[in-house]
Amino acid sequence: MSIEEQNIVDIRKKIAFSKLRNNIFWIIGLFSTLIGFVLLFTLMIDLFIDGLPRLSWQFFTSYPSRFPEKAGILSAWVGTILVMIVTASTAVPLGVAAGIYLEEYGKKNWLTHLIEINMNNLAGVPSIIYGLLAMGLFVYFLKFGESILTGGLTLGLLILPMVVIATRESIRAIPNSIREASYALGATKWQTIKDHILPYSIGGILTGMIIGLSRAIGETAPIITVGALTFIAFLPSSPITSGFPFLSFRWLLDPFTVMPIQMFNWVSRPQAGFHLNAAAAGIVLLFMTLLMNGFAIYLRYKFRKRIKW
Amino acid sequence: MRNMISENLKAEVKKLNFYYNDLRALKNINLPIADKRITALIGPSGCGKTTYLRCFNRMHDLYPNNRYEGEIILYPEGLNIVDLKVDPIEVRMRISMVFQKPNPFPKTVFENVAYGLRVRGETKVNFLKERVEKALRQAALWEEVKDRVNDLAYNLSGGQQQRLCIARALATGPEILLFDEPTSALDPTATSKIEELIMQLKKEVTIIIVTHNMQQAARVSDYTAFMYLGEIIEFDITSKMFTHPSQKLTEDYITGRFG
Amino acid sequence: MGLLLSALSSIFITLSIVFILFYEAFGFFKDVSILEFLTGKQWTPLFAQPKFGILPLVTGTLLVTAIAVIVALPVGLIVAVYLSEYAPFKVKEIAKPILELLAAVPTVVYGYFALLFLTPILQKFITDLSGFNALSPGIIMGIMIIPYVSSVSEDSMKAVPMHIREGSYAMGATKFQTAFKVVIPAAFSGIAAAFIIGISRAIGETMVVAIAAGMMPNLTLNPIEPIQTLTAYIVGISLGDVPHGTIEYKTIFAAGITLFLMTLFLNILGFWFRRRIREVY
Repeated sequence: MSIEEQNIVDIRKKIAFSKLRNNIFWIIGLFSTLIGFVLLFTLMIDLFIDGLPRLSWQFFTSYPSRFPEKAGILSAWVGTILVMIVTASTAVPLGVAAGIYLEEYGKKNWLTHLIEINMNNLAGVPSIIYGLLAMGLFVYFLKFGESILTGGLTLGLLILPMVVIATRESIRAIPNSIREASYALGATKWQTIKDHILPYSIGGILTGMIIGLSRAIGETAPIITVGALTFIAFLPSSPITSGFPFLSFRWLLDPFTVMPIQMFNWVSRPQAGFHLNAAAAGIVLLFMTLLMNGFAIYLRYKFRKRIKW
Repeated sequence: MRNMISENLKAEVKKLNFYYNDLRALKNINLPIADKRITALIGPSGCGKTTYLRCFNRMHDLYPNNRYEGEIILYPEGLNIVDLKVDPIEVRMRISMVFQKPNPFPKTVFENVAYGLRVRGETKVNFLKERVEKALRQAALWEEVKDRVNDLAYNLSGGQQQRLCIARALATGPEILLFDEPTSALDPTATSKIEELIMQLKKEVTIIIVTHNMQQAARVSDYTAFMYLGEIIEFDITSKMFTHPSQKLTEDYITGRFG
Repeated sequence: MGLLLSALSSIFITLSIVFILFYEAFGFFKDVSILEFLTGKQWTPLFAQPKFGILPLVTGTLLVTAIAVIVALPVGLIVAVYLSEYAPFKVKEIAKPILELLAAVPTVVYGYFALLFLTPILQKFITDLSGFNALSPGIIMGIMIIPYVSSVSEDSMKAVPMHIREGSYAMGATKFQTAFKVVIPAAFSGIAAAFIIGISRAIGETMVVAIAAGMMPNLTLNPIEPIQTLTAYIVGISLGDVPHGTIEYKTIFAAGITLFLMTLFLNILGFWFRRRIREVY
């Protein structure tokens, strides 16, 4: 062969090798991506095999007990709901207000910059540190004790950055021409926010709120730190009372437990019977979380269709 | 610039200067705005025509580091609307704007037109319905949307959306209507409908229109001002400006030698 | 204005965290020498003869993190490259929500999985593997972190303009070569930020290790032994009664401040990398 022909053969070999490597990577890439799917699937199957038999009306309406067959998640899911009410009531107004301020009122000065740095940093702080903060601040300093109020406030602070970021991104998506049209008609800043900015960004805000809450439902560490108990055989005081004024807030200061703590408690016991309970609790938790996330993804999709910027 | 008008004035611009930070974007502008007439502003891109227009409804107040100098006097009372002591909200309630790209709110047709009225505190349903219909008729849109008044504005075509924005601007009964290149984003059919509409509207409201389309200015307006690099080069009755411009620069622009 | 106060809340929260940690840690360091804390090899604060060396907890944290990182960073990067450069639209549509869901699973559930599913399986291959160990939670944490690494990396790769890739393809390069020789270097800052986010998340993880790694501080680098992390220690103590002002109470803040400083350092590093991206484009 001539030198040229030899060169061409070499080049073709190199190209063949490159293409092979490329195709192998394609397969590796697909495989790696599917790992996520496979894992989720395996996890769910494992949970279902162990936990499904334990799911029953009795499971949902019983208190924890020393006997695995009798134990249930009543105090846990009631606690979760009550804590979530406090969490949402804290994180949503505070987060949306902060988001509106940063996007509509904040000027590019050092203060806004500092607020933003803090927001971003807080999103990366381990959740257990929030628990330590809450212990010092809410339990001891403000004397809220180891109560639903403390738990809810702690989680509220934890998901606050998420709500703020979601609010800011939805507000940013609103084109400036809409704001200008509103001002040109003589609206004040507050009217523009009330009639346009807020209504058009509600979709994104709701999505962020739901994702935040679904994260809060699964959070265990900070709640343990603020003293949620792991064996609660009673319910917090009812919010509805029979006498005037029919509404009570005593439950805010009651001790409590939540779903993930109940699961943690059962997983940590040596008896296999409790492991089955843990699996069942896990199914309920997983179901709640996936449902909320799925709903948020759906909401995001629907709102994107309705408002076409 | 001499005032060459013998008609009534709705407004008068006197020694208007405008600064973006230290950049002087408008230089000593003196112009009359004739009452119930159409005044057009032409000039190459970046000459300052939109900046000038947005002084009239204090749009520049929305952004930092802007400064007005000089006066825009509104008649009959002689109010200087670029004086910072004058509330921009009050100015915007008397002077409305239609933007270059149609920007209806993501609300119904009805709510779009009614918004300007709601902002003034009007809540009576019958009153709103009456004014919305009147505005939509003025904007030559009523026949096309009267059955779709509670549909989302986004379902209208581009030209219809722009007429909706015109109706929205008219609903509040403004004294001056500002048009910022209102047809540059529309097709020729929609464009000519809107040009017809603008000419109708001058019976009821004073109009200032900025356009980069010279033929449009020639077709539609009574008076034209030619602007270049932030200054008014020439101002005249439209027919005279386009047939016998007195400045060479004007003539070059009109005949297409630049811009 | 009420809105301003809400925004200031973030500064308030940070200040409170710093204040409380330092305040309580200060109380701790009045009784315990910093030297012993940083260099001591035993952590037995509740014994009659207490030892306050933080090293076993720190190595426990780092060991599990290292395992998680060995799993998450390569896989996360490969997934990001695949989704950004190779995957057809339909695959992306399915894969991205699934990765989001993977990140949304509560960590207790992952802990359950590590202890009751993965450890028994691993024990079939590694006979010495103790019931509590660092390997199993490390792997599970790695899997948990993949979505964080992949989504941030992918975002920064998407930001690389198309014309840069086209320059590479026009020279006859394959996707693989373009991705690794052109796109990844261009997206380096973002990918570094993604890695740092992953590491930071691993360090701060609590429940998976609390359930599956053990509650015994152990100064070792051997992943088949049980260990305790900083986070698990805090949880372990909090499960019992912790009256204000006792030595146990102070130790959790000592562990807490160590953890906080580690993640703070990483977060600042990550922030710095992310700022570099914005300057480039």
